[in-house]
Amino acid sequence: MSIQVEYLTKIFDNKKVLDNISFNVEDGEVLSIVGFSGSGKSTILKILCGLLEPDEGSIKISEGDIAMVFQYSALFDSLNVFDNISFALQERKEFKGMYTRQDLKEIVKKSLNTVGLSGIEEKFPHELSGGMQKRVSLARAIVTKPRYILYDEPTAGLDPVASTVIEDYILRLRDETKSTSIVVTHQMSTIKRCSDKVIMLYDGHIVFRGTPNELLLQDNPYTKQFVSASIEGPMKITADSF
Amino acid sequence: MANIRAFIQETITYQLIIMFLNHIREFCETFGDIAYRFIQVIKYLFTFQINRKQLIEQASRFAVDSLPITLSIVSLTAIILAMQVAPEMVKQGGKDYIGLLVALTMVREIGVIMSGFAIISMIGSSQASELATMRVTEQIDAMNALRVSPFKYLFLPRVLAGFIMMPFVVIIATTTGILAGGLTAMSAAKDVTWLCYISSVWQGLYIRDINIMLLKAACFGGTISLVSSSCGYDAKGGARGVGIATTKAVVWSFVTIVIIDAIFAAAFYF
Repeated sequence: MSIQVEYLTKIFDNKKVLDNISFNVEDGEVLSIVGFSGSGKSTILKILCGLLEPDEGSIKISEGDIAMVFQYSALFDSLNVFDNISFALQERKEFKGMYTRQDLKEIVKKSLNTVGLSGIEEKFPHELSGGMQKRVSLARAIVTKPRYILYDEPTAGLDPVASTVIEDYILRLRDETKSTSIVVTHQMSTIKRCSDKVIMLYDGHIVFRGTPNELLLQDNPYTKQFVSASIEGPMKITADSF
Repeated sequence: MANIRAFIQETITYQLIIMFLNHIREFCETFGDIAYRFIQVIKYLFTFQINRKQLIEQASRFAVDSLPITLSIVSLTAIILAMQVAPEMVKQGGKDYIGLLVALTMVREIGVIMSGFAIISMIGSSQASELATMRVTEQIDAMNALRVSPFKYLFLPRVLAGFIMMPFVVIIATTTGILAGGLTAMSAAKDVTWLCYISSVWQGLYIRDINIMLLKAACFGGTISLVSSSCGYDAKGGARGVGIATTKAVVWSFVTIVIIDAIFAAAFYF
């Protein structure tokens, strides 16, 4: 088992955002987590990445580096693309002195090529389009050759074509780096194209787990409502859902 | 019983007490956070893994960018002081002590505290808003996710730059202030000469005073950076959160340096 999450609970302001969540992800798998906004999807990623502490439950992760791709790219706006991508290699203790400037240039160039970009090393994040920023963010995530990649709504705010490009890179990275991925998404195309398994969250609980095909075909009232994007169904739309 | 409780909870007194207690809790939390981050900065300082590029950038911001405003404020304060004091002292027969008075006031108090205020408004606020923006745009989360400590990368260079550069800023600002005070004293009172003013500067000013001023300046510099960065680091929400964090940084920095100033006064001059 690559990632094993057991009875995970997280409480914010007396509200259980995650309530006894358990799931597994096998090596090399892509798991998609879907659900309304505010259902705790991103919280799971932040807990897995070590940015938040769970209130209860345990997470077992086989050894390996974890990288995260943030919803709005979260590139360091005071650094150029080169420094953004090579940031971990320049600053992390275990990489200190391991690479020369020339090595870093090669690594950054290779990472950028992996996400279909080149010649933008000197540009700053504000000079890039949203899609390019996402790809630079992907390049930054993979530069340390992580075993696990966590994607927080990787196609949010992108046009359909740019979304397809990002989905292609998620698949390509999985195949090339043999990484295990967890993708938080709302987008059906991302779920269908990229996922091996899907879990659906509602009100802090898992209301569906299965394959993308089962999500589309199963007679589950939650998945039916999600897939048909209907406001009628067991999932109540609240102010938190937006 | 429930009705009585509900009635009490609706009274203004109860709400004011709750608000007051919340402020105290928030104060303790902020103080605890600043203390914790200070320990982290010291911890990383002794690993000697200082990002030189960041340190130079922050030092340049601290010393060069803040210098015009600091010089203006400190010099103007010295000019105002000399304008008010010089004619009165000449009248009282104390023209030989104008330089001493201006110099002592500038070195022991005004030079450092006014430079501190100028730097808080110029650099502290900018450090706080920078870190707050990084927080609300998830850049600090990204840094943590990349396993790079923000205390090492963001806090340490800022605090160190403040600690190292503030004495330079203060010594330049104070010297300029004393000189500006001399020129003003000469204009304000005819009997005061430049030689008389400058020679009186050294009558009661000792190297100890200058050393204390430099030590105080270094403490102010480090504190301003630490408090401002810490308040920015805790920002929540969007643009409003950045604004709140910046205001908090400025208020906390002002209060903190005044407290440090009082501690220095009590320790060295009381």
